[in-house]
Amino acid sequence: MVLSACAAVPSQSGAEPAPSGGNEQAKEKSYPGLDPATDSDPFPSTYRALPSSTVALVGATVLTGTGARIDNGTVIIDGGKITAVGANLPVPAGAKVVDGHGKFVTPGIIDAHSHLGVYATPEVWANSDGNEVTDPNTAQVWAEHSVWPQDPGFIRAMEGGITTLEILPGSANLFGGRAVILKNVPGRTVQDMKFPGAPYGLKMACGENPKRVYGGKGRAPSTRMGNIFGYRKAWIDAQDYRRKWDEYHKKLADFKAGKGDKAPDAPKRDLQMDTLAGVLDGSILVQNHCYRGDEMAQMIAISHEFGFHISMFHHGSEAYKVADLLKKEGICVATWGEWWGFKMESFDGIEENAALLSKAGVCTVIHSDDAILTQHLPQEAAIALAAGRRAGIDIDEAEAIKWVTANPAKSIGVLDKTGTLEPGKMADVVLWSADPFSVYALTEQVYVDGAVVFDRHDPTRQPLSDFELGQTGPAHPGARP
Amino acid sequence: MSLRTSLLAFAAAVGLVGAAQAETIAITHAKIVTLGSAGQIADGSIVVKDGRIAAVGANIAIPAGARVIDAQGHPVTPGVVASNTNLGAGEVEGEASSDDYAGASDHISAAFDVSLGVNPASMLIPVARLGGVTRAVIVPELQGRGDKKGEKLFAGQVAVIDLSGSANSITRRSVALTVDASSGAAARLGGSHGSVLQRLEADLDEAVSYGANKGGYEHGTHRPFEQSKEDLEALQPIVQGKEPLLVEVHRAADIRRVIELGKRLKLKLILDGVEEGWMVAGDIAASGYPVLVDPQTDLPNQFESLNSRMENAGLLAAAGVTIVVKPPYTGHYARQVRYNAGYAVAHGLPWEAGIAAITRNPAQVFGFAEKAGRIEPGLDADLVVWSGDPLEMLTVPLHVLVKGEEQPMTSRAQDLARRYGALDPAQPPAYRH
Repeated sequence: MVLSACAAVPSQSGAEPAPSGGNEQAKEKSYPGLDPATDSDPFPSTYRALPSSTVALVGATVLTGTGARIDNGTVIIDGGKITAVGANLPVPAGAKVVDGHGKFVTPGIIDAHSHLGVYATPEVWANSDGNEVTDPNTAQVWAEHSVWPQDPGFIRAMEGGITTLEILPGSANLFGGRAVILKNVPGRTVQDMKFPGAPYGLKMACGENPKRVYGGKGRAPSTRMGNIFGYRKAWIDAQDYRRKWDEYHKKLADFKAGKGDKAPDAPKRDLQMDTLAGVLDGSILVQNHCYRGDEMAQMIAISHEFGFHISMFHHGSEAYKVADLLKKEGICVATWGEWWGFKMESFDGIEENAALLSKAGVCTVIHSDDAILTQHLPQEAAIALAAGRRAGIDIDEAEAIKWVTANPAKSIGVLDKTGTLEPGKMADVVLWSADPFSVYALTEQVYVDGAVVFDRHDPTRQPLSDFELGQTGPAHPGARP
Repeated sequence: MSLRTSLLAFAAAVGLVGAAQAETIAITHAKIVTLGSAGQIADGSIVVKDGRIAAVGANIAIPAGARVIDAQGHPVTPGVVASNTNLGAGEVEGEASSDDYAGASDHISAAFDVSLGVNPASMLIPVARLGGVTRAVIVPELQGRGDKKGEKLFAGQVAVIDLSGSANSITRRSVALTVDASSGAAARLGGSHGSVLQRLEADLDEAVSYGANKGGYEHGTHRPFEQSKEDLEALQPIVQGKEPLLVEVHRAADIRRVIELGKRLKLKLILDGVEEGWMVAGDIAASGYPVLVDPQTDLPNQFESLNSRMENAGLLAAAGVTIVVKPPYTGHYARQVRYNAGYAVAHGLPWEAGIAAITRNPAQVFGFAEKAGRIEPGLDADLVVWSGDPLEMLTVPLHVLVKGEEQPMTSRAQDLARRYGALDPAQPPAYRH
């Protein structure tokens, strides 16, 4: 059985005729796509950074995302990377100097919970592609296959400083499907936006949504205990699936080494199990919609039972009630500044949540879950910051900016590439007109991999989606009177 | 609940609050944004007596015995008004049994009185108050979602409440009647935006006929009406042009048609939504009709709001339109209204106009300007002392007065924060309150 090797080599994939007198392998029949181990990236990123030049952002207050604040700072961008960050740095010869005096510079803002593209604008039936509400376990679906790259929301988010997004399936299901990490650049295809090298996420959901959706259909789960059963059953199936493939690969290796006279029969590939097995292997990060603290504890117990890690609880209205547990487990929490009360499980959501978590040492994230809010993430963080200060929790802005930069980067698995202003990282940077925690702050320039993807003062650097092209009124800043 | 909140709740329960209102309070060294004839006062005082503003100015006498709140140079504004909210008429959005804001039935539609469902003890009210909100304009909604709302046109009467939390917190039971002329309503009432306007005109025409010959209605000699007597009565102040109709409308063309209808039938209108208002700003200004806007709305969410933009409020105000900035509808978010005003200012609305859009203007538009919305003698003392610019997220209210009574700066949310903010490993949090 040499199927695996063939699938990875295009010339031997069976798409092209084997050269006459070819080797033995080429004569064998090929069945690409049957072994998940050789088909881990079937929709590869085609992202290419836009053209960029050497830039020196000079004189601004820099919030680095590492917890530092640099007054009168300089940020040097070269070759799409950040090359230097500090106070009064020399400007490289030939660099374009951008005057940042009186302004602020932060890492590109990262929204770790977005449904842009999958619940695109306008909110019509045809654009509602975020929840595959046909089974409580749809780990086999991938959000990227629902993303409409022309969603005008991507560009509005860019105007709000968003440079990286995690696009998740909705929360109707126990297992909603794979989440995808995108660079917020205009692309013709979703693959043009895919963040190179970013891991996938798995969307899971606790609590009211799955039990409401499936209970309403007269099927399981209709209770929280039904939810828990559903998770455990799926993880058992996934472990069994892993075991079968491991056994198969071992037998195959033995056969290739000359042991045995018959190649082993491969297990049937299962896309749902592939995703769950990816979590158990540690290559896919669990992104778990969960409001109540007691339910988080149950999800953590399940993660121990089956040996995986939950990367982040999303929404997390009650995370402050179990902050010590979350700290101990190394689980991030994404929440809002002030969303609460839209259902029972969010009724104990408090503005102090993020500050209490941050104080407890939990990796704290402010997310949006919303096409409007994503445009104002630092301001949403400011609401949480103000509530914390009112409660006597003293957190400075250099720390709080991590809630929308470094911490979401960590939670979605890209902190080694973006999320802070440090030499060697992708030059995903925002120049703000004012303190980004101010309601009056507007982005002036947004950089992705060193390229200016948005400039409030340069109409040639203001993208417009196909949907908005030719509409009656000026829909983007450049066309505004 | 802290001891102080418990005592205040007890005082409210046994009717001691009235006595507390007699307290004379002087707010001194304040940067006062009066939104009245005195304009802004850089360093002034406000005297509160018997629940009302007794005096405001730079050099006014502080009465002996007054309790002094030294604002230490911080800004003081009129209390914030949350317009177009269900605050006080709903606790948990997803739990119908906790909601009282949707009550229109086949029999009671225009007449539906949302104020009868308002709960002054709602847990949401202290939360909103901590955001500086002191009054709210409660707008009912039709029951259900989408098609389930049925073929009713009117969701009911718009009420105004104060956020004292006291039993007598209804400022006005009925200040307007709400009607939805959006694509959602169009889908229910025939399919076209035109269906809504024709239905509206027909219903108002019935009300005119009814008003002109009530005797005929009582004696059964009149043609049959589609609407109940209660609804026809509720429509009388509308067709007489005495009370405004609050019309949700979004698309530029629809705004023009609604204005045309309003003028033809001599109605008072308030236009709600108006995402494409900036495209017909001149028409709206000429009509004299005020608007309610959500300045954060900048996406082409619906085909009727393709040209939404954050500059809408600023452009409308520049054209001379009276602007009311609203929060998201659900009462939990009433406190967001000041940020919404801030976003409008960030996109072109002058700062003081932003403050007016959440204080003076809603009081004028919804008919309680003689009660609240400005800092002027004779008005109820709804006042907020802020730690900084009221429109900024990093600013918080330091003191909130409703009808002259200083409010406790506490909420159930803060009780939760305290309970879990310092866990004691030896004792469950349930014992901490």
